Amino acid sequence: MSSAPISQHSSYHKKVARSRATSEPIWIRWLLIGITLMFLSLFLLVPLAAVFTEALRKGFDTYITALSDPDALSSIKLTLIAAAIAVPLNLVFGVAAAWAIAKFEFRGKSILITLIDLPFAVSPVIAGLIYVLIFGMQGWVGSTLIDHDLKVIFAIPGIVLATVFVTFPFVARELIPLMQAQGKDEEEAGLVLGASGWQILWRITLPNVKWGLLYGVILTNARAMGEFGAVSVVSGHIRGMTNTMPLHVEILYNEYNYAAAFAVASLLALLALVTLALKSFIEWNVERNAQQHEQSFN
Amino acid sequence: MAKQKNVLPGFNLSLGYTLLYLSLIVLIPLSAAFIKTTELSFNEFWAVVTAPRVLASYKLTFGASLLAALINAVFGLLTAWVLVRYRFPGKKIIDALVDLPFALPTAVAGIALTAVYAGNGWIGSWLEPHGIKVAFTPLGVIIALTFIGLPFVVRTVQPVLEDLEAETEEAAASLGANRWQTFTKIIFPAIWPALLTGFALAFARAIGEYGSVIFIAGNVPFVSEITPLIIITKLEQYEYASATAVAVVMLVISFLLLFAINGLQWWSNRHVSAVR
Repeated sequence: MSSAPISQHSSYHKKVARSRATSEPIWIRWLLIGITLMFLSLFLLVPLAAVFTEALRKGFDTYITALSDPDALSSIKLTLIAAAIAVPLNLVFGVAAAWAIAKFEFRGKSILITLIDLPFAVSPVIAGLIYVLIFGMQGWVGSTLIDHDLKVIFAIPGIVLATVFVTFPFVARELIPLMQAQGKDEEEAGLVLGASGWQILWRITLPNVKWGLLYGVILTNARAMGEFGAVSVVSGHIRGMTNTMPLHVEILYNEYNYAAAFAVASLLALLALVTLALKSFIEWNVERNAQQHEQSFN
Repeated sequence: MAKQKNVLPGFNLSLGYTLLYLSLIVLIPLSAAFIKTTELSFNEFWAVVTAPRVLASYKLTFGASLLAALINAVFGLLTAWVLVRYRFPGKKIIDALVDLPFALPTAVAGIALTAVYAGNGWIGSWLEPHGIKVAFTPLGVIIALTFIGLPFVVRTVQPVLEDLEAETEEAAASLGANRWQTFTKIIFPAIWPALLTGFALAFARAIGEYGSVIFIAGNVPFVSEITPLIIITKLEQYEYASATAVAVVMLVISFLLLFAINGLQWWSNRHVSAVR
């Protein structure tokens, strides 16, 4: 639910020159622009600026010290590990789900699509809770895990599972509409020319959806590294052990160590800005390709 | 389309893997929540989910989510309109920044909003002399939920506005309609389903939100304690069954919303093609 598919901005202005009859007086235009910019500044720009200001309030040295603290470094490492496992898992799932849904007809397809969306509808807190119910001490397989000396909850596997759950639909949701729109003519042509199923996937299907795929991966990664609620429930908040970056931010903040909390937060904010930049780059590429495609037909 | 034999390979493998992975990661764990609540009798379940403190949290969670979604419906529509129809410097950057709430981790958003709206913050210090306290009050909850729901309305309305044919507006103008009439009679009916979908998405996202809210809310029981926090509190006291009971109430509401949103999107798509 929290991702918008790549939009191909059909540039409204190029299509029609706006005449006075179908546009607003200039003072209304600037009033509306002004109100919008004010709203977006209050809710987006000011908080974003606050992250970096607060992080650097006590100087650059404090900032660097906060980031090179062993607990901060181990939280960065754990965040990277969780994302490095969750992203490929959901990428493979997304491709498989999109292949089945976009290239074949079967009963219950729309139910399947809705079920794939489920994790977006579930509160992150509940996403953590359900894994505690299964793998926790009192859980379904809790005693079996203890017998084999395995730990899932309050340990890294639980964090990875919770991360996989909250990022589950992103790649699939990007790929399904894209692959549906592209049909299966090219794949069938490949088959006639003697390509195997895997060759078709690698050489035809995936290159055709590469931007959507990349987009899905970027969204998955951003959410995986930033997830807080679900991971908070399963992590146990053991410093230097099961703390991801967002959880480390919380601990520092609750200890009134604001400069350090915002220092770690500023890394996550940078990640968000990089994500947005990449997203714009991909949209720009998709738009450009679409225009070239259009021109080659005219 | 005539039904013909599909010659592409990999159906069994891809669908099989999809169903297996979906079951293992999503369906079986979610069913655990429903099974866990059967440990409680119906009366016990009812007592847990209607306890006064829990009821107060529903009121706050759903009330604040509704208000935040309404704020987003108004300003999201305005933002989408301005981004599609007008040109101004910095427009591309603003357009990209709209997705910030999707990309910024919720905990970061939480502490940033708290810093800004607290009594000594940039905006808080300006509001407090006027008697408006934001941080650590229900108003703070609304601010946080408005932030995380901000992109939904913009991103659902924007493509519909872009696809509107200019000819209908020209026709309306040539028939003597003024701009306001054209908006209310021609444009608004066309974007209404998308607006409603965006509103529902923002609302659904807000009721489950945790990370951005807990820092700014102050978390005072009966006043500024959201339902997801109730679940966490119960978990920390090892009251697994009652934590799960509250979770099940939220799950059922979320699932109903998901189905409503799917219906809305279907209606919205049909509506757009019918308008064309």
